Amino acid sequence: MMVRTRKMLAALAVTAGLMTAPAMAAGLSGAGGTAIYPVLSKWAEQYKAQTQTAVNYQAIGSGGGIAQIKAKTVDFANSDKPLAPDDLRAAGLVQFPAVIISITPVVNLDGVKPGDLVLDGPTLADIYLGKITDWDNAAIQKLNPSVKLPHSKISVVYRSDGSGTTFNFTDYLAKMSPEWKQKVGSDTSVSFPVGVGGKGNAGVAQYVNQIKGAIGYVEYAYVVENKMTYTKMINSAGATVEPTLATFSAAAANADFTKVENFYLILTNQPGKDSWPITAATYMLMRKDYPAAQNLEVLKFLDWCLKNGQEQAKALAYVPLPDSVVKQVEAAWTKELAVDGKPIWP
Amino acid sequence: MAAEVALSRTAESSRSTGLDGFFKGATWFFAMVILLVLAAIIISLIISSVPAISRFGLGFLFSTAWNPVTEDFGALPAVYGTLVTSFFAMLIGIPVALGVAIYITELCPRWLKRPIGTMIELLAAIPSIIYGIWGLFVFAPWFQSTVEPWIIDTLGDVPLVGALFEGPPLGIGLFTAGLILAIMVLPFMASVMRDVFETVPAVLKESAYGIGATTWEVMWNVVLPTTRVGVIGAVMLGLGRALGETMAVTFVVGNAHQLHGSVLLPGTTISATLANEFAEAVTPIYRSSLFNLGLILFVITFIVLAIAKTMLIRMQSKAGA
Amino acid sequence: MGGRTTIALFLTILLGALGLLALWFEAVGGAVLAGFLILGVWTWVLWGRLAPYTQRRATNTAVLALSYGATGLGIFCLVLILGTLIWNGLGAVSIDFFTESTPASGSQGGGMLNAIYGSAVMTIVATLVGSPVGILAGTFLAEYGRGNLIAPVIRFINDILLSAPSIIIGLFVYEAMVLRMGHFSGWAGSVALAILVVPVVVRTTEDMLNLVPGSLREAAFALGTPKWRVIVTVTYRAAMQGMLTGVMLAVARISGETAPLLFTAVNNQFWTTNMNDWMPNLPVAIFQFALSPDANWQRLAWGGALLITVTILALNIVARVLTSGRSFGR
Repeated sequence: MMVRTRKMLAALAVTAGLMTAPAMAAGLSGAGGTAIYPVLSKWAEQYKAQTQTAVNYQAIGSGGGIAQIKAKTVDFANSDKPLAPDDLRAAGLVQFPAVIISITPVVNLDGVKPGDLVLDGPTLADIYLGKITDWDNAAIQKLNPSVKLPHSKISVVYRSDGSGTTFNFTDYLAKMSPEWKQKVGSDTSVSFPVGVGGKGNAGVAQYVNQIKGAIGYVEYAYVVENKMTYTKMINSAGATVEPTLATFSAAAANADFTKVENFYLILTNQPGKDSWPITAATYMLMRKDYPAAQNLEVLKFLDWCLKNGQEQAKALAYVPLPDSVVKQVEAAWTKELAVDGKPIWP
Repeated sequence: MAAEVALSRTAESSRSTGLDGFFKGATWFFAMVILLVLAAIIISLIISSVPAISRFGLGFLFSTAWNPVTEDFGALPAVYGTLVTSFFAMLIGIPVALGVAIYITELCPRWLKRPIGTMIELLAAIPSIIYGIWGLFVFAPWFQSTVEPWIIDTLGDVPLVGALFEGPPLGIGLFTAGLILAIMVLPFMASVMRDVFETVPAVLKESAYGIGATTWEVMWNVVLPTTRVGVIGAVMLGLGRALGETMAVTFVVGNAHQLHGSVLLPGTTISATLANEFAEAVTPIYRSSLFNLGLILFVITFIVLAIAKTMLIRMQSKAGA
Repeated sequence: MGGRTTIALFLTILLGALGLLALWFEAVGGAVLAGFLILGVWTWVLWGRLAPYTQRRATNTAVLALSYGATGLGIFCLVLILGTLIWNGLGAVSIDFFTESTPASGSQGGGMLNAIYGSAVMTIVATLVGSPVGILAGTFLAEYGRGNLIAPVIRFINDILLSAPSIIIGLFVYEAMVLRMGHFSGWAGSVALAILVVPVVVRTTEDMLNLVPGSLREAAFALGTPKWRVIVTVTYRAAMQGMLTGVMLAVARISGETAPLLFTAVNNQFWTTNMNDWMPNLPVAIFQFALSPDANWQRLAWGGALLITVTILALNIVARVLTSGRSFGR
């Protein structure tokens, strides 16, 4: 009886030890937007294969990422909405872009194939305001003279969680529609007048795929991965553009990070006849007060992504940062992430 | 010799009394732990809600705002959604649960009682997330393409009542959430009702049958009045479950902090709001408002469960006597 | 003409007018509804004209038919849900499902190994922590609780905890553990689950202990056994099967719980055995995968759902079988 109890206790101790022992290699934890998630998870997979370091990322929305890094429950965060320099200073964070994302309207209509439909900013704003309620409304028909639009109600889908994708989408709508700007405004979370809320880019994509007559907005990688029906848009130059890497890159080419503080730049509605109207830089956030070793691990991962992740990014139609911006980012690491005056990077 | 034996016996018995006291103390301690856990939950909810309560006061309960940017929050859409979905769950669940309980106790052949009872209890054992994904992938599309357009076309045009059934056929929304909840709570209510019906002394029913009453008349005039308290207890138990249900509802309610007249449109419930938004509550007021919602939910379920429990206790004491 | 018929005629005219009005406004639905209501009114009249005995028979048949219908509906729902689960889930279950970790979004293949492991570990820890607490507390209520004032209060509180929304428990553990520790962890998830285990075990333990016949206890007391010994060696042994059933039911309950894990253990894309780390688990993984449009992920979600349901149903059935063959010291 005693021998059995001893053996049992020993077994329990070993199991407890196994459970609390740190994992084979140090793991990194991050949280943030769902827009970057498709490419970030591929980067993490390859990084693990090469370095045995697991990067665990929870795609809970840009708002969630900001909350978690402020609460110190993750090593790094991601947000499609850049924080203002004052906010960064107050929270002790540093931010820099990682890649350029693009946001596309998607629809679910019988007989309408990807790229058939054309929409523009003001019409999109009116749909999301609830002013246009049927698909065969005159405004939509005018932009699409050759498409047969059904007489059915539009089911609007938006992001229910705090989302940088929403921030950029509503920023574009606010630029295109004074009524939207006044009634709803733009931020990671707004009071959408009509529609259904999906959680994450994935949730919006899921609802749009399921509900006939739905319209939503998602990051383009989700369109690629789930073969969704995207629409063309009319940009600031009046030209009709398709969502492709070429049009995204044309918009991103206008991004000049040298003139702004903390890389704070909103890239919606860029000029240029080939530019896609809704693009944005997605940002990584790190805490200045973390131990040097912790931040160094994160920097190693991000450096790897910036230098080795371009092919993966382009395959999903993300625009990788040009070399000049990468150099700028790494210079910021040296400058901002210093412990006792000593920079931890390179 | 005898003295030694007596001495060792007293030593042994005092050791036993010591162990006795220790054991009793241990059980008492862990019983207290339960009390402490509940107290800790309530206290932590209240403390975390204080910022929101001091900021919004009682107006929180009646405000329809939900703007994390301007930090204006209100509980009304979430509370409304919780109450409406639970209402539909009860509206549909109670008659069906009663029907099932009546069937199992009165109509079912003896050999079928056990299997059917087990099947109903298996329905209760299915975790709520399964109901959620079933609701989203199987029920909602079917509902959207068959039943909902019919409802919108027929009831939506009726004056007065029509406003309740307007809107595009989404498949998801407050009504769908209520239906899924109904399927979820009906096994609980049916089981408890069945147990309660079986406590009715056979002699009462037999004497009613003996004077020629039909089955329904026996149920209505003998069983239900006797078990009235227990049935209400079962209903309140189901209501308590429906009010607090998270996963089944989050998938199909539509996550919209809006207050509409139509129940076919998306809305939100307190638990769905918590599940969706807690991880991203950036500011202290946002987080505190969510805790405030949690507190409201806890208070509502506490009251409902307390009433249910009291009624069931009274039922049991009556049956025992 | 009887009063009933008069009312019926009046209602028919009213409803008929409304129906025609609806038709004029092209609200076909309204007209159909009016038609149904008129039918209902005349059924009511007809029923009133029946002889009393036939009336009673008719009511009885109608209600009983509805009862059959209700039970049929319940069984139909069960079959439908289980059927869809098996249909969609079997497609996912394969050797890979049990040997590979969760894949990244957009990838093919992969499995749920890390989620299965994480759920299993957290369930075991929660049961190991919660069961002793529950058993001892249940013992207090059954053995020392008679005539006590505190026992009914604790019983009451226990039942509240039993039915309390599990998301509130998750919130509480987030405040109490996650924020203090500074990170999400498998330990926090296990604690949240343990809080859910305790009330179930308390309830069943108390019920089972109360079923042990007093004669067994009295016999032991007559031999001079101290009370604690009576409980441990006689009462527990007699009620052992029932108590184990209670533990099994608790395990079944927490296996499917998602809400308490949402803010405590969260989820993990990779394999980990470190309980201090974010712990992968089936329910939250299913939540994440099901709400995405990724077909591979959805397939895995159904597989995970099937696995959870089969485990829970098996535990419930075994528990039921064990308690049915119960017999005490005959």
